[in-house]
Amino acid sequence: MKLIQKLGLLLFLIGLGSFILIPFLGSYSLDKELILANTKEIHQEKLVEVLEPMYGEAFSSNFAFLSTFNGYFDSYNDKLKANSQWDDVIWDDYSFAFALAGLESPVKENPWLFLFLSIGLAVIGGLLYNLPKHQDEPEGIKNNGTFHSSLKNRGIVGMLTGSFLITFYIVLYWFPAYLVNLVSMVSPISEMLSGNPASQWFLYGLIYTLAIIVMGIRMFRKYRGNKYQQLRTASVMFFQTAFAFLIPEILVLLNQPYFDFKNIWPLDYDFFYDYQISTFLSSGGVGMFMLIWGILLIIVGVPTFTYFFGKRWYCSWVCGCGGLAETVGDPFRQLSDKSVKAWKYERYIIHGVLVLAVVMTTVTIANYFSGFSFLGNATNQLHSFYGFAIGSAFAGVVGTGFYPFMGNRVWCRFGCPLAAYLGIVQRFKSRFRITTNGGQCISCGNCSTYCEMGIDVRAYAQKGQNIVRSSCVGCGVCSAVCPRGVLKLENGNEENRINDFPILIGNNSVKLNV
Amino acid sequence: MSGKRHVVIIGNGISGVTCARNLRKLDDKVRITLVSGESKYFFSRTALMYIYMGHMKFEHTQPYENWFWEKNRLELKEEWVSEIDYSSKHLIFQSGENLPYDDLVIAVGSKPNKFGWPGQELKGVQGLYSKQDLELMESSTQSGVSRAVIVGGGLIGIEMAEMLAYKKIPVTFLVRESGFWDNILPKAESEMIGKHILEHHIDLRLESELDEILGDESGRVKGIRTKSGEEIPCQFVGLTAGVSPNIDFLKGSELALNRGVKVNLNFQTNIPNVYSIGDCAEFDQAPAADRKPIEQVWYTGRMHGETLAHTLAGRPIAYKPGHWFNSAKFLDIEYQTYGTVPASWDSSKIDSFYWEHSSGKIAFRMLMDKSGMLVGINNFGFRLRHEFFDRALTDKWSGAKVIAKLEKANFDPEFSAPFYIEIQKEFKKQFGGDFSVSKPSFIQKLFGANV
Repeated sequence: MKLIQKLGLLLFLIGLGSFILIPFLGSYSLDKELILANTKEIHQEKLVEVLEPMYGEAFSSNFAFLSTFNGYFDSYNDKLKANSQWDDVIWDDYSFAFALAGLESPVKENPWLFLFLSIGLAVIGGLLYNLPKHQDEPEGIKNNGTFHSSLKNRGIVGMLTGSFLITFYIVLYWFPAYLVNLVSMVSPISEMLSGNPASQWFLYGLIYTLAIIVMGIRMFRKYRGNKYQQLRTASVMFFQTAFAFLIPEILVLLNQPYFDFKNIWPLDYDFFYDYQISTFLSSGGVGMFMLIWGILLIIVGVPTFTYFFGKRWYCSWVCGCGGLAETVGDPFRQLSDKSVKAWKYERYIIHGVLVLAVVMTTVTIANYFSGFSFLGNATNQLHSFYGFAIGSAFAGVVGTGFYPFMGNRVWCRFGCPLAAYLGIVQRFKSRFRITTNGGQCISCGNCSTYCEMGIDVRAYAQKGQNIVRSSCVGCGVCSAVCPRGVLKLENGNEENRINDFPILIGNNSVKLNV
Repeated sequence: MSGKRHVVIIGNGISGVTCARNLRKLDDKVRITLVSGESKYFFSRTALMYIYMGHMKFEHTQPYENWFWEKNRLELKEEWVSEIDYSSKHLIFQSGENLPYDDLVIAVGSKPNKFGWPGQELKGVQGLYSKQDLELMESSTQSGVSRAVIVGGGLIGIEMAEMLAYKKIPVTFLVRESGFWDNILPKAESEMIGKHILEHHIDLRLESELDEILGDESGRVKGIRTKSGEEIPCQFVGLTAGVSPNIDFLKGSELALNRGVKVNLNFQTNIPNVYSIGDCAEFDQAPAADRKPIEQVWYTGRMHGETLAHTLAGRPIAYKPGHWFNSAKFLDIEYQTYGTVPASWDSSKIDSFYWEHSSGKIAFRMLMDKSGMLVGINNFGFRLRHEFFDRALTDKWSGAKVIAKLEKANFDPEFSAPFYIEIQKEFKKQFGGDFSVSKPSFIQKLFGANV
């Protein structure tokens, strides 16, 4: 490793360390004005009263503050629940808002300094580490030492990385009040973009985008000489930065609804939720455009593009989850399970999620058009279940947290309902396939090993059979790592796309007798 | 199990396993046993280098999951064969156990050549062919190797050099001939690969021959001496001067041997019900004009197995290979060949067209006979379609027709530079030809796919 790379690694670790320590800085306090400013009108009177014992007290840590707050808050609610006074229970979670407002910390005072020390150093370190990679080596496949690496082969570093990611997602989704230091740290950026203070989702979006950019640069270095890899990496970097991160914030600045133009239902599972629909309908021409655009993507965009290019047009060129998987997740692609058993589970689970998403959405829409007479608030229960189990736990905690354990496409392979929909089109009505180059396969196994979707590519290639699989995201890495030039991603005539009984070229003795 | 015909295959490499799999497909009843002391489960020998370099683990090189064998009723016997009793039709294993057979297939592969160099049995001196060779190499190069020497400039030699380079062990690569793999590659290609070897900081020494391997008092290698008298200190020596049939354990019996097990084109040996396929078989005649009596390539092993399976299933057929093809990878440069391109040719009978990219890593050669008909091609650093050239050879296309349609043969990933355009231009310049050069597509122009 070059000196500059060692420096980069050091800076990255300092940045990461600061990022982990920052949430524990500062102190917290509550007063009446703060509660009034951050509470819905109907809850103001009660909360001012319930939290009165906390006034004036300075809490030296987020743990002390939040546990005290939760103590008063929960005992108030528990009493009501015990008496079945359901209408008086406060269902809203105010912990994040109060913690953010009640925080006094050096981070809040000097957000730019701490931003530089944490995310800034991590980004600079990441760039210093990635940019000089493979500099003195000729272009070629750079998988040397993958399985001798503790990070990439489920060693102790991999375990620690996975545990950190899982913890981060759990805190982000369910305990964001512990992250208010970090949120206030990125707030100046949010103010610049949208004019609003940051939420935990802005923090997440910022880190996510920067991670894709820094690790996208690693991809450029690693796959030097492979235009397909370079272009699709540039594409996911662009779509994440512009479509997922900047444009929605700018829309908010312009008083338009927050909208990611490349997110498609059913991955975008709340697209048809009543509050979304009313936002679209109440936002004039722009809102109407968003609604129609979203629907057109589902019913025209997905089938058309997938017919011509396979699901890769979305999964490895556009999608944000795919973008993270293909950049940050690339070092872990070899950890996907290639067994037939895993494939069986995969088909049940991913299509199960698709069915669940469709049922939930159908119920939601029926409910909306029947003026909430149909099922009433039961859809809310369904929404919160889906949001918890699929949207947060599966897509986030498992989807990314499990990179170092099960490879970088756990969510895309087992969970994403949009991938399931794209996959059905790809399998049954598409021009896309991976072509096997005659009899040239030597069964070495590189293609299968580096398939992030766990497709046993070799099983097809060694038979001289084209690979047509619903799960293939068309990342092109099987083709890149093949030492004998056997695999090529192609869009072509549908005829002979699927050849169930291929003949390996080169042996005329057998052909003559068939 | 009694009553069922029992086919026993010694060796579970690509030949033996292909034979077993195809036989099972053709005959649901026959009992099939694969015998191997090397590894219980079939693995891809060509991938051994990738295990060493950490691209894969051993299990990744196994093309079939472990349940596959039981499901297809292919019995696996992990034993070394010490003797074959052809009269009572029994195998005798090193453990002393016996196994009766009705039909026997000998598919035992090769072993690295050792030409009687002094010191060739020292510790730290080895070839690379088997799983055990890989394990030995891993332990021998674990530590304390400040230089390695590789003897013999062929495919395994360059693989071993790449493997050692991964461990940052400096490599001196002794090649007896005047160019790398120059008994197969024409001069220009051989020189191109030679340059690429040097680019990887491998000390390639052409026209250098091993004289003696020097050992220390503990029996470990400490250096080598070349024929020119130069001594090179080293702690590891790779012997990669080719391979030969692994038939030592068959010697001294009634089985007819030459360099390999002698077979006819139906893979029959001189003993009834005993067959031999793969690297260890030696045909009594070359299977085709451009073929040798011993074929030691992955692809030919697979074809032998596929063909013999038909015979064993009661539909006897003779081996009739199609057009020759092969592939390899020299460090970062991929190589494919279709048809016949020898190292040298008679220029009164053959015309050669050669194009090399300015990077010195991409090249194309096409040989044509004097009527202009395609004889064969070599391509380096880019990929060409097997099906295209198989058809061109079968339908006896002219070289000009091949070049005119070369865009259709392109097998490089999408957005790659269109080298076929440059090749077409160069062919027009050298040979003329009544075709129009392909135009770069809109996408290629857009993304600046420069050649």
